[in-house]
Amino acid sequence: MAEIHVEVVAADRSIWSGEAALVIARTLSGDIGIMPSHEPVLGVLHSGPVTIRTTDGGTVVVAVHGGFLSFADNKLSVLAEIAELAEEIDVARAERALERSRSESDAGAQRRAEVRLAAAAGAH
Amino acid sequence: MGAQIRVYKRRIKSVTATKKITKAMEMIAASRIVKAQRQVDASSPYADELTRAVTAVATGSNTKHPLTTEVDQPTRAAVLLITSDRGLAGGYSSNAIKAADRLTERLRAEGKEVLHYLVGRKAVAYYSFRDRAVTDSWTGFSDSPQYANAKAVATPLIESVLKETAEGGVDELYVVFTEFVSMMTQTPVDRRLLPLAVSDKSVSTDKQPQARAQYEFEPSAEGVLDALLPRYVESRIYNAMLQAAASEHAARRRAMKSATDNAEDLIKSLTRLANAARQADITQEISEIVGGASALADANAGSD
Repeated sequence: MAEIHVEVVAADRSIWSGEAALVIARTLSGDIGIMPSHEPVLGVLHSGPVTIRTTDGGTVVVAVHGGFLSFADNKLSVLAEIAELAEEIDVARAERALERSRSESDAGAQRRAEVRLAAAAGAH
Repeated sequence: MGAQIRVYKRRIKSVTATKKITKAMEMIAASRIVKAQRQVDASSPYADELTRAVTAVATGSNTKHPLTTEVDQPTRAAVLLITSDRGLAGGYSSNAIKAADRLTERLRAEGKEVLHYLVGRKAVAYYSFRDRAVTDSWTGFSDSPQYANAKAVATPLIESVLKETAEGGVDELYVVFTEFVSMMTQTPVDRRLLPLAVSDKSVSTDKQPQARAQYEFEPSAEGVLDALLPRYVESRIYNAMLQAAASEHAARRRAMKSATDNAEDLIKSLTRLANAARQADITQEISEIVGGASALADANAGSD
């Protein structure tokens, strides 16, 4: 079975890499699902969870804040300024951050916290 | 004990204390070089992927973007100078400042107005002491820069490049930083970041010489380029800052090592001097005793 080699990298570290059968991400123009032999694509990502279905049947969810994805020759790279694996996300802390950002009406922080929570919910 | 010896002993004690401090700073700097290098390595996958993506867009579409188009008659250039916040690093900061001065002169000779952007307290102090105009400056993160710092620096720079020249925008953006070549060699370099030259040697075009895949852009080639190029500039500035941080630690380690060596030499020569002074004291004492004894013997012989 064909597979995609996926690299998820943040600005200061590499987050995840491995083989996947399907990757779902949200670009500015809508959700995009990438399977092996997709045509080459370069897209701007919306802040949101990126779901990776690995070849061994597992699911990896990454919260991505601002970034890109580029796919060619069955290689997919997801670049993000900030990216976190869903299992690394501390739900309680994200909830606190959400509360705080709401009270301070900091739209950027609120959005980041919401994305974190969504990604964490998607993984569990 | 003679006064001379006391003076030497005191100096040896103070040099020993200084040596302890410089030795400690040397070891701290050495451990931080490794950390800084690791940070450079950790950031390289992002930079590589970004470079690949930018190359793909630039070659895969004929989109024109203000960040990639050369202006016919560039009249204004921005120079970002990266130095350290703290001293005791030998010639690290002054070498970078000198490199920036050379670049400024070259740009002025080409008839361009130069705007200065500074990172690091050393550069800020140098410029304010000489009353030079500084457009913007940032301090406080030179020894371990984070991506957020690079973003904060890059944002106003990108904005001024996007602005029309007539409204105070700049046509070119240069960055001056100290490149970390190896533990022993760090060289101040100047690089032009914008307008982006896609054939730049850091963009590895020779890796995939075969016909490049035609990309589909989401939402559009312009949109992708709009979002991609600022990130690219940020990541280049981040990389420059990380290399500068590694260089700073390496320069500090070297400066502190030579300070420690000098202190050792000083202690050695002072110890010799102190020994000679002690010996001279003893010799004098003996000759005084011998002289006194023979004078006594002479006096006794006379009275008999």
